[in-house]
Amino acid sequence: MLEIRFHGRGGQGTVVASNILASAFFKEGKYAQAFPFFGGERRGAPVAAFTRVDNKRIRLRCQIYFPDQVIVLDPTLIQVVDVTAGLKEGGLILANSDKGPKELGLGGRFRLATVDASAIATRHGLGTKSAPIVNTAILGAYSRASGLVSIQAVLEAVQEEVPAKREENAAAVMEAYHQVWL
Amino acid sequence: MEKVILSSHAVAYAVKLCRAQVITAFPITPQTAIIEKLAEFCATGELRARFIKVESEHSGMAALIGASSAGSRTFTATSSQGLALMHEVLHWAAGARLPIVMVNGNRALGPPWNLGPEHTDSLSQRDTGWLQFYCESGQEAIDTVIQAYRVAEEVLLPVIVALDGYYLTHTTEPIDIPEEAVVDEYLPPYHPKHKLDVADPKAFGGFAGPELYMEFRYKMFQAMEEAQRVAAKADLDFRRLFGRGYGLVDPYRLEDAELALVAAGTLASTAREVVDARRGLGEKVGLLRIRLFRPFPRAEVRQALARVSKVAVIDRAISFGHEGIVSQELKAALYGGEHRPLIYGFVAGLGGRDVTPEDLEEALDRAGKEGPEEEVLWLGIRL
Repeated sequence: MLEIRFHGRGGQGTVVASNILASAFFKEGKYAQAFPFFGGERRGAPVAAFTRVDNKRIRLRCQIYFPDQVIVLDPTLIQVVDVTAGLKEGGLILANSDKGPKELGLGGRFRLATVDASAIATRHGLGTKSAPIVNTAILGAYSRASGLVSIQAVLEAVQEEVPAKREENAAAVMEAYHQVWL
Repeated sequence: MEKVILSSHAVAYAVKLCRAQVITAFPITPQTAIIEKLAEFCATGELRARFIKVESEHSGMAALIGASSAGSRTFTATSSQGLALMHEVLHWAAGARLPIVMVNGNRALGPPWNLGPEHTDSLSQRDTGWLQFYCESGQEAIDTVIQAYRVAEEVLLPVIVALDGYYLTHTTEPIDIPEEAVVDEYLPPYHPKHKLDVADPKAFGGFAGPELYMEFRYKMFQAMEEAQRVAAKADLDFRRLFGRGYGLVDPYRLEDAELALVAAGTLASTAREVVDARRGLGEKVGLLRIRLFRPFPRAEVRQALARVSKVAVIDRAISFGHEGIVSQELKAALYGGEHRPLIYGFVAGLGGRDVTPEDLEEALDRAGKEGPEEEVLWLGIRL
């Protein structure tokens, strides 16, 4: 089983990102499950969401404490939340940041990748400059950084789950795919 | 064909497939996504239903009582405080023998304010005369709403379909949305024998003194007993048409089990992993999931637990001053039977406290080692 934890801020589309990723994996013949960490979510407050992927139907219905991979949608969260908590040895952290992986200030026995999803989303008119919606771009980067799900499946899932700004979202997914720093 | 969708949206698809005619809506977390999706279906014309925005849950149920009395197929969804506010009219809906179907997104009651899943909200509606189903997966949620209309309209009693908040309402997973034509074959249109009709005037909701009232209650009790047979048949027919069924209770690896977990809702799904893990170690452990809580399937429960020596009930609910609610029901059901296993009642997961496989492992290890049997055993308490 592959377990992925998302960290973001309310309004960035973190929960939607977890759903899109589940849908993308399902398109490639896997079973998948996505759900948010629940609390009184508010715009701007730290939020978390989870995606599980497996070759068989998923029966676990509890939170993920020891993720294989972590996706961080907001660069400022790294100072606020322990995004590495429970991350398995040899795991992956993919963060939205304008810095390269080595400049994130995160160290451990895991792989790091970054993508400037905020700049990409802003360039494609997704959200506003102060509050870009980065969820689709980060998934484009995830496809490349993880190598576990094809960019075609991510694109299809984005188109299905996010009916607004279809072309802009598709362009952001592709740009992030090519611009991820590994 | 399976599609990755939110379980709350799956429920809305079920209501659409069942061609509900009147829907009342009042938002409350964690069920709001259900009525939002239904509002969308009504706005686009995909579902030709009267969608009524009400000023409270009490009004929402009262409006459905009117609509159902006039012969409409009706639906609403609520949670927690909203369900509690409806309490008075829940008795009325059942007493008036109206086949209303309602989804409850299980959520703890305040104070302190909380949004997390807990079964105390719907379990404390136990004596209102509503049937109650508890679901384990998004697939079961969509299927159970469809079954609920079949059962409700045959026995003329309302049904609560309970979904754990978040763990189901907010979970996105592969779900098969049944074909409309097959649902039509499964669920005929609702034509009650008696309804509010200006062309055929009748009196409803009249006074019945002591010389009559008790017979009304006797008939309602009989209808609830009959509901067990009807629900079992509705599930079998569903399996025949859709290839899926769930039973009234759902035994898992119980054939030769010595120790059984008993649970309702999504907790049972996680418990299957724990059972498999223990079986892998050679331990004779099984699971009994309670799907139908009212009417309580006594005979099935007795049969399923006929050979186990110890039971660990995991309640995501509490009755203050006694114990977990499913635990009480289980003890009462087994008391009259020939085989009486030791029953250990655990309380876990209140207010959305996560229940992990490790918590369930702990329950298995503590069952039988701690006593007395009457004591409530709390899982994961931090003091």
